[in-house]
Amino acid sequence: MSTGLLTIVQPGIGTTVQDAGRHGHRHEGVAVSGWLDAPLAEAANALVGNPGGAAVLELRGLGTELGVTSGPVRVALAGSVSAKCLQADGGVSALPVWQSQTLQTGDRLVLGAAETGCAYLAVSGGVQLPTQLGSRASNWRAGLQGVLGRALRPGDTLPCAAWATPDPQQWRVAAPWALPDGPVRVMLGPQADHFQPGAVAAFLRDSWEASAEQDRMGLRLRGTPLVHTSPAAADIVSDAVTAGAIQVPANGQPIVLLADSQTVGGYPKIATVIRADLPRLAHLPPGTRVQFQAVTAAQARQALQEQRDAWASWLATRAAFLPPGFIDEAALYGSNLISGQIRAEF
Amino acid sequence: MNAPALQTPRLLALGDAAWTLEFGSDISTATHARVADLADRVAQLRQTEPLLAAVTDVVPTFRSLTVHFDPLTADADSLGARLLALGKQGGHVLREGQHWRLPVCFDPGFAPDLPRLAETKGLSEAEVIGKLLDAEFRVYVIGFQPGFPYMGGLPAELSMPRLASPRQRVPAHSLAVAGEMCAVYPWDSPGGWNLLGRTPVQLFDLRCAEHPAMLAVGDQVRWYAVPLVEYERLHQLGQAGQLRRETFLEPRGAA
Repeated sequence: MSTGLLTIVQPGIGTTVQDAGRHGHRHEGVAVSGWLDAPLAEAANALVGNPGGAAVLELRGLGTELGVTSGPVRVALAGSVSAKCLQADGGVSALPVWQSQTLQTGDRLVLGAAETGCAYLAVSGGVQLPTQLGSRASNWRAGLQGVLGRALRPGDTLPCAAWATPDPQQWRVAAPWALPDGPVRVMLGPQADHFQPGAVAAFLRDSWEASAEQDRMGLRLRGTPLVHTSPAAADIVSDAVTAGAIQVPANGQPIVLLADSQTVGGYPKIATVIRADLPRLAHLPPGTRVQFQAVTAAQARQALQEQRDAWASWLATRAAFLPPGFIDEAALYGSNLISGQIRAEF
Repeated sequence: MNAPALQTPRLLALGDAAWTLEFGSDISTATHARVADLADRVAQLRQTEPLLAAVTDVVPTFRSLTVHFDPLTADADSLGARLLALGKQGGHVLREGQHWRLPVCFDPGFAPDLPRLAETKGLSEAEVIGKLLDAEFRVYVIGFQPGFPYMGGLPAELSMPRLASPRQRVPAHSLAVAGEMCAVYPWDSPGGWNLLGRTPVQLFDLRCAEHPAMLAVGDQVRWYAVPLVEYERLHQLGQAGQLRRETFLEPRGAA
């Protein structure tokens, strides 16, 4: 496998390197981090033929530009994002999402805004930065990765695998991978008893507006304040938190923790978003509204299993195709008994 | 066999991928001893018990132990029941962690809140420093940031609330106090604790890949004062990776 190399021309806003995260170090205060929307990230990986878990670029804002310093490199975008390729030969082409494409040395990839708040770019072989504590996930607040423990800068390089195969075929899927609509499912607690009974009911009944105060650590929601059982109940002796935990400080406005959240927190948690619905928290741009629904542990597990099954069914629609401009040799051979002679004419 | 009756722990779901076993609602050595003891036993049993194979993280805090697991491979109900049973056992033994003796420099440039704390408490700065150096701290939690130790044991005479308005940037290595806790900021970060000094020791170091966090829950920490020159020397050695952690371990049995 020869080496491909991408260079950051413009890091853009909110673009980070992510993988499945950094597990096993929470007792040392190390956040898990990792992609906010696992199935979407893995969809991008599948489209370039990467094994699951390969590091990708998570796109949460806009303005990211990448140059192919050493190609060819195969890439794929998953999510709602526009992109174009400024080709080394001066041409400009759109880079469609939900299919792979091969970029050549000198090409430049210009990414638009992640329209729903989160999209992924996978590259052949995955982003091959060195791992730190078993992961390549950025958590530059903590000095962990994200190139050398900081945000991406112009000139940073991202090694990957070159896509040296001469086969012009690409992968695509019949339809985008999509998450279900409807309320975001939670399990109540672990501190639901710090709230008045009416507050828990209101939490599940009201619709909550996502504010602009959101990043990979957390998402602040706005709505009618939730009332604790007493002013003192708005603080707890800090205990462990996790992605999806919904903290409610004294002002009654919920904060949903996300992948980069601290490992412990001192606000009571009214509920915790189930694993299957964590990806949806990445797609709540400011002003969008969200509702919550309480489920049991058994329902949560079933939802996660159903999501895995749905993703596998989605992946089964992946098929090879020849992009415009290439002769469909397979079809040509299949319809022509003297293909060897025909081929000689090309 | 006259051990005090122990509160029965509560098993709480932290979503569908973690259990929190809560031993109480206070910060106390007795409650924390049960947490640390259970953390040790779960860590050991993970190696052998198939039921615990799906566990990904074991996080002790002041008053509870949280066990994170993979929800697809775990039998969550059985795992919860097992943790509850384990939590009801044991807990009378105060876990003996490592004993550290760590340097701290009280140079005025490192201790912006020392004059105010001394004045508020009606003590001289030297008296504040003396009480800090006499105290033995116990690591209750590593959290907030990688390697950040929440340490109990600050004498009540030094207890101060957090700053009303947190600093935008607390310099890395700052020794800080709030309430009856002491901590060290391993990283530059925002923070509202009172800054009383700075340690040259790096409390989180990726070069120590097995245990990047130097301190662990249950460890004991005492401070000794160093002048600025010694701080600088140790700091430079630390940055160069030439400051071995073991240097700062107290021999067992030492007073």
